[in-house]
Amino acid sequence: MNDVRSQSAHLIRSLNDPSRTDGLTPPGWTALIRAARAANVLGLLAERLRAVGLVAPAAPQRHLDAALQLGQRQIRSVRWEAHALQRALDPLRIPVVLLKGAAYAMAGHAVSRGRLFGDIDILVPRSAIGDVELRLMVAGWASAKSDAYDQRYYRRWMHELPPMVNVRRGTVLDVHHTILPLTSRHTPDAARILRETEALPGLPGIRVPRPTHLLIHSIVHLLHEGELHNGLRDLFDIDGLIRAFGDDAFWMKVVEASRELDLARPVHSGLRLAHRVIGTPVPPEVFARFENADAGRRTSPGLQLLYRQALQRGVEEKTGLLPELAAFGIYVRAHWLRMPPHLLLRHLAYKAMMRLKNDEPALAGRA
Amino acid sequence: MPYRQLAQVIRLIDIVLRLAPVTVRVRSPFRSVARHIERFYGGLPADSALNRDDPFVDFDIRLVGGANWRRWFRPQARFLLDESDPFLPLPASQAAPLFEWGLNWCFATRPLGYLVMHAAVVAQGGDALILPGFPGAGKSTLCASLTFAEGWRLLSDELAILEPETGELQPNPRPISVKNESLRIVSAFPGATLGPAYSDTRKGTVAHVAPPAASVDAAEQTARCRWVVFPRFTADAPTTCEEITRAEAFTRIAEQSFNRDRMGEAGFHAICAMLDGARCFEIGYGSTADGLGLIRDITSERTAQ
Repeated sequence: MNDVRSQSAHLIRSLNDPSRTDGLTPPGWTALIRAARAANVLGLLAERLRAVGLVAPAAPQRHLDAALQLGQRQIRSVRWEAHALQRALDPLRIPVVLLKGAAYAMAGHAVSRGRLFGDIDILVPRSAIGDVELRLMVAGWASAKSDAYDQRYYRRWMHELPPMVNVRRGTVLDVHHTILPLTSRHTPDAARILRETEALPGLPGIRVPRPTHLLIHSIVHLLHEGELHNGLRDLFDIDGLIRAFGDDAFWMKVVEASRELDLARPVHSGLRLAHRVIGTPVPPEVFARFENADAGRRTSPGLQLLYRQALQRGVEEKTGLLPELAAFGIYVRAHWLRMPPHLLLRHLAYKAMMRLKNDEPALAGRA
Repeated sequence: MPYRQLAQVIRLIDIVLRLAPVTVRVRSPFRSVARHIERFYGGLPADSALNRDDPFVDFDIRLVGGANWRRWFRPQARFLLDESDPFLPLPASQAAPLFEWGLNWCFATRPLGYLVMHAAVVAQGGDALILPGFPGAGKSTLCASLTFAEGWRLLSDELAILEPETGELQPNPRPISVKNESLRIVSAFPGATLGPAYSDTRKGTVAHVAPPAASVDAAEQTARCRWVVFPRFTADAPTTCEEITRAEAFTRIAEQSFNRDRMGEAGFHAICAMLDGARCFEIGYGSTADGLGLIRDITSERTAQ
């Protein structure tokens, strides 16, 4: 449709330079809003247009305004949940650390503006995980996975409890005790992240990671997820954090912290990807420092290509074979990183069997 | 144009419809969907290909066949909005009602800044009557009766669409979906033309009734809520009518809203503002004639005051 060759490229250009939307035809707006919604960056697009004082024609502007309104509602809801978590977990006297969207929103970071999210993620010390689960259940959260296999999968192998749903509000809470699965190739020390957190006003028990760790977590999450539904959104999170904090002192700390957490390689790859795909400002010497931190290794060009292709899937109206294959490649890679081969084989065999039984498509669509 | 001729033969449909307050693109290979749209939405346009002057599309809808082997074996119909596939597939014979249900779902879930409630809305001039819909309460039958027997303008038989900025209700006059026993009552009304009946759906037997042409012509004319009536039909029950407070009406109408919570403060204020200019009633009745009588009493007080 139109003269736009790639809708994801057009979307990225419009986010980076909103003035490009000036004079867009109605079908052009249809395509842009569709792509932004598919990539889950509609709120971000609305925010960026508003920041430069651009108003779309009335019909697409309704979609943009509604996305902003939903974003404001979600920030309010996150505040509510943070207070509820404070009440539920305060007696345990442990650090309860908000991650990702909830952390950006509660810390008031610029990257939270217009960002839409679903679940709330928290990180707690592994030693307290049993008490945390019990207290949350008493306070009205229930496990969303009732299947015995899923329960065991999460508890034995993963870095989080099975998702919990608040029975009254329907909000979903992911309780992590580390940032990557227990069976993963990389085993960052979550205690370090828990130790170096920042306080929030009025919420003595709730904390947020320092910006360095927020950035590292955001990158690691993107590079270990099996499905890139929010890939572009995550890249813009990375971009937003870097633009807000990226002075020289910050970069020193990012390199240092990545090394300490045994995550230099994935962070290096993620920065390269953000730089290449959306033009995130990463100084050349930072890449050099990462190479040094990872024993002189460069980022794998194959991996970069895989992600660049896979990011188009779902954003483009018609996806070619290459992005489909790349998405599958990332799915396989994520599982490969997640657990050793014998566990992986067992897990995938079980999942495939269940799928046949339920007549489900392999990659379910999003609502 | 060979493409158009081919499209006519296999009834491939690709059409952009203005269904106030939105613009919808519908694509489908199902004959039944093409016929449904022809019958209820004014026929196929001369050229359905998109060009630069085409309008902005709010909902890009496709009704497609089942995945993999379900395309042929016990064929299914799926409703897609953009790339998302929100429902379980239905038997292919129900593709047309699936289109109507799916479209309602689009209004209920796609954030567009409208507060959307599950209710029938009819109007006289600019004064609207809202009938919130508890399942089985008789909302659809009463709505069809008011529309065809009493000359009210149909805004919608399923969705009350409120614009919070202005406090006005947006019409969305589309086919009324009539179920089971109501089919006999509604088909007797003069001017009511029914489409095919779809049996064995989740809601029993369903047929669609075309909205009156006058209601469709006035689809861009908004109305203001003057009355909220919660109907309760119980066969052969005595007639009751009770005025209820706005606070009570608020809680009950909020339950029937799809997105009040997601709209946060704006949703709350929108319902408050809507009820500020309205009187709210609860009615119980045992026959459609009794129900219509009560509505007549309630709404004629406007002239008496």
